[in-house]
Amino acid sequence: MEPYKKHESIAALMNRSNVDTDQIIPKQFLKKVERSGFGAHLFHDWRFNDDGSDNQDFELNKPEFKSAKILVAGDNFGCGSSREHAPWAIADYGFNTIISTSYADIFYNNCFKNGILAIRVDKVQLDKLMAEIAANEGVRFVVDLENQQITTPGGNDFNFEIDPFRKSNLLSGLDDIGLTLKHVDKISHYEQQHKQNFPWLWA
Amino acid sequence: MQALEYAMKKTMYEKIWDSHLVVDEAGQAPLLYVDRHLMHEVTSPQAFEGLRMAGRKVRNPHSILATMDHCVPTKNRDQPIADLIARKQIETMAENCLENGLNLYDMKNPNNGVIHVVVPEHGFVHPGMVVVCGDSHTATHGAFGALAFGIGTSEVEHVMATQTLPQKRSKTMQVVVNGVLSKYASAKDIALAITGKIGTAGGTGYVIEYTGSAIRSLSMEGRMTLCNMAIEAGARAGLVAPDEKTYVYLKGREFAPSDPYWDQALAYWKSLTTDEGAEFDATVTLEAADIAPQVSWGTSPEQVIGVDGYVPAPESFSDEIKRQACENALAYMGLTPNTKITDIAIDLVFIGSCTNGRIEDFRIAAEVAKGTQVAKGVTAIAVPGSYHVKHQAEDEGLDKIFLEAGWEWRDPGCSMCLAMNGDELTKGQRSASTSNRNFEGRQGKGGRTHLVSPAMAAAAASAGHFVDIRKL
Repeated sequence: MEPYKKHESIAALMNRSNVDTDQIIPKQFLKKVERSGFGAHLFHDWRFNDDGSDNQDFELNKPEFKSAKILVAGDNFGCGSSREHAPWAIADYGFNTIISTSYADIFYNNCFKNGILAIRVDKVQLDKLMAEIAANEGVRFVVDLENQQITTPGGNDFNFEIDPFRKSNLLSGLDDIGLTLKHVDKISHYEQQHKQNFPWLWA
Repeated sequence: MQALEYAMKKTMYEKIWDSHLVVDEAGQAPLLYVDRHLMHEVTSPQAFEGLRMAGRKVRNPHSILATMDHCVPTKNRDQPIADLIARKQIETMAENCLENGLNLYDMKNPNNGVIHVVVPEHGFVHPGMVVVCGDSHTATHGAFGALAFGIGTSEVEHVMATQTLPQKRSKTMQVVVNGVLSKYASAKDIALAITGKIGTAGGTGYVIEYTGSAIRSLSMEGRMTLCNMAIEAGARAGLVAPDEKTYVYLKGREFAPSDPYWDQALAYWKSLTTDEGAEFDATVTLEAADIAPQVSWGTSPEQVIGVDGYVPAPESFSDEIKRQACENALAYMGLTPNTKITDIAIDLVFIGSCTNGRIEDFRIAAEVAKGTQVAKGVTAIAVPGSYHVKHQAEDEGLDKIFLEAGWEWRDPGCSMCLAMNGDELTKGQRSASTSNRNFEGRQGKGGRTHLVSPAMAAAAASAGHFVDIRKL
C-alpha cells in the first residue's frame, strides 16, 4: 500500500447523501476474481448512458473534475453492501481522499485497507467545502494527514479527527496483517484458553 | 463499592466483546478473536490471492464454512453456468476451498444455499461467538446472540491469516418492541419500520440489541430476518438474547455442541444476556401493534410506509436532504406523490433471499397464495434459501401450492436480491420483493424495487398491486 502523506488535488463534488456501494460499483462487475480494473466501472449506472457514452449530467464527468483525487460527498457515503470492490473502484479511478460528514462502517474500514483517507468533517464544514467547489469548479484542496488538516484557497481550513492507529498505518503504508502477526504469541495463548473454556468448539 | 458494582453491569455486546479481546493496548486498535468465518464466492477470491502472494496459510480451516450463492443460477442447475465470468468465479471458489481444506457446500451439494440461511441450518453459529463474513448481511446471526458482522475482502484475508480483526468498540443501542403484532405483520415489517424510524445511518457506530415482548415472541427465523436488516439501519450488528427457542433450535444440529459439552455450553449461553441495570448508549422504542405491513416506496430502505399509507410528497419532508432524496427516489421509481400504496401495480414478485428465504417465509406466503392465481402480466418466483428449505417446503406440499397458483419454484441462491445470477428486472419493471435493499438498479438497471414481507409479496402476486393483507 502506498503511504499517504500530504496531497494537493482538484476536489470533485458529489452533492448526494446515502450514496450506496451498489451505485459505486454495480453488481454486474463483482464477478471478477482480480483486485484491479474496477475504476473503469466506478458509478457505472450513473456515469454512462445506455449506449455506453458518458452521461454528461453526471457530476464526475465534468471536465473540471477529471483528474480529481479528492471526492467531497454527502452524508452516509458508502452505505449498503460490504463489497470492497467499492473502494477498489474509487482508488483505481484515481481518488485517494473522500470528505463527508459520515460513512457506513464497513465501507469506512475498507477505505483504509486500500490507502484511501476517508475524512469526517461536520455539517457546517462540509457545506462550506461544497459551496467553495460549486463556486469554483476545478479548485484544488490540500489534505495533510500528518497535521490532520484540510486547506483551501477559499480559506476553508479545517482540522479533522482520525484514529491514531488508522493514521499511522496510512502514513507508513503498512500491511495490517503483518502488524497483527506481531501478536501471534498472544493469539496462540488466547486459543489455548479458548480450547479450555469452550471445548465444544474444538471437539 | 456501589459505583464498582454499577460499572460491572454489562450489555450482551460488551460481554461478547470483552471475552474476545486478544490484544487491548494503548495506541493500537483492539484485536478481536473470530470464532466463525463464513464465505461465499464474490468477496473471497482476492483474499485467497493475497494470502497466496504473501505466503500465508489459513490459521484455522475449521472455523470456516463456505457456500456458493450470489452467482449461481436458480434453474437449469445441471448445465454449466452460461456467464463465463461468473463460472470462473465459482470455479475459483472451489479451487481455493480445496487448496486450503475448507468445508464448501458447492452448487451440487445437498447443503447448498444462501450462506446466511445455510449456516444456521447446521448449527454453525452459537450464542456468544464472534462471527464474520465478507457480506453485510452477516448481521443475521445476531439472532442467536452472536456478535456477527460484515467485513471487506482485505479483512477476510486478515481473518484467514490471523483468526483476529482489529476492531473499534461500538456504542450500544437498545431497540425495544413491545406488544403483539397485528395479523400478517411480521419480523420483516418490524425491521422496515425500525429503518424507517431511525434511517439508514441511524445505527451507524452502534450494535443494536432488540428487546421487548414482541421480539421474544418471534421465532428463530423471525429473529434472523430482523437481525439481517440491522445493517439497513446502519448498525454494525444486531443481537437478540438467546432463550429457550434458541437452545431448542440448536440442539442436535451438526455443529451444535453435543454431550458431554451441551450442559456446559448451555450454562455459558445463559450467562450472556444483558445484566439488569446495564446501560445502553441509546434506546429506541416501538409498539408492535402500531406496525402495519410495510412497503418501501423509494430507493433507500428508510423510505418506507405502512400499506395503508400514501406515497409521500417531497415537500412533506422538512429536512432538505430528505426532501431532495424523496424527489430523486420518486423520479427513479416512477411514482407520483399521494398515490395510494395499494394502487401501485407490480410486474414481478420475488420471495427469497437471506432476509426471507426460510421455511416460515414460504409457509406464510403459501397460506396467502393458496387457491389464488398470479395476476395477468405478473411473474412470480419463489426461490428457497437453501436445498434444505426447498425440500422441507416440498415435503409440506408448499411447492404445489405455488405451482398451481402460477408461480415458478426455483433452486436456491441469492437470485433477485442482488440480481447477479441473471435473475433480474428489466428497465422500468416494478417488483414486490422480500429482499433487503431497494437501491437504484439493485435488481437490474432501471428496475424498481418495493421491499415487503413474504405475505405481502404473495398477496401482491395475485392482485397485481399491493394489498392490505390485514383485510383479506
